Amino acid sequence: MFFYAPLDADQGFTQKIFYIHVPLAIVSLGGFIFGGLLAIGYLRTGDRAWDMRSYVAIHMALIFGVGALITGSIWAKASWGHWWVWNEPTLVSFLIVLLLFATYQPLRFSIEDPERQSRYASVFAVVAGAFVPLNYLAVNLATAYVHPRVLTLTGAKLPPSMGLTFAVALVGIALLYVTLWKYEMAAKNARSQVRRLRRTLLGDDGVRPVGRSAAPS
Amino acid sequence: MSPLFASAPAIPLGTSGKYVAAAYIVFVVLILVYLAIMAVRAQHLERELQELRRDVEAARAGADAAERPTEAVL
Repeated sequence: MFFYAPLDADQGFTQKIFYIHVPLAIVSLGGFIFGGLLAIGYLRTGDRAWDMRSYVAIHMALIFGVGALITGSIWAKASWGHWWVWNEPTLVSFLIVLLLFATYQPLRFSIEDPERQSRYASVFAVVAGAFVPLNYLAVNLATAYVHPRVLTLTGAKLPPSMGLTFAVALVGIALLYVTLWKYEMAAKNARSQVRRLRRTLLGDDGVRPVGRSAAPS
Repeated sequence: MSPLFASAPAIPLGTSGKYVAAAYIVFVVLILVYLAIMAVRAQHLERELQELRRDVEAARAGADAAERPTEAVL
């Protein structure tokens, strides 16, 4: 991305942030939708493994979303001279989505009963996940914006070399998301199995309370 | 590697370079912090597994000790 992709005629070297900021934002929004789809799996089957998958997908998407927000803010400062522009629909809508999903974990924290926790969190994930594409469409229909429109509903407006670089960056970030999702899933599964094993071998007294964790155990 | 760098365009670090560097550093730091947290959790899990092994061995030793006098009587 630094040597293959040409310098942008308008923004120059600052445009290189595009290759990290946009894939992070796309993967984050995709992750929220993915979490919603996995939550449907829980609501259909009642299997808490689906809830755990949904929880991890949203957790990862939130981390990627924070990355997109910070890198976007840095790009805004470099391009527009401001860290944040409140009258820009793309920025504000992304912040709304991020804040919406930031309430997902406190929602889980607030419910003690595991079954109710999973059910309520899944319903939240489905509704909030459905909000993401609707929000994207609404922003695309907005006319007043200063945020560049490179990826539109009709296609990408990029020269081939920039398009290829962007595609590679997008695939790379998506693979990173999938890898970290699988990594965290494996860690949570291992922890849950250790607890189950402890309960089987030593009884309920042998298992320490989960503590302040919203994660499904 | 040197022909690649020789043909590469100069990076304007003085002007917008600091912003580009900051954006990429933020990304790397975010991933590193996440991995560090996961590493600490993996350590906790390892400790929990060791505790479990000790508890199971202690329980097994206790069960063996309880069985031995019965065998002697029989």
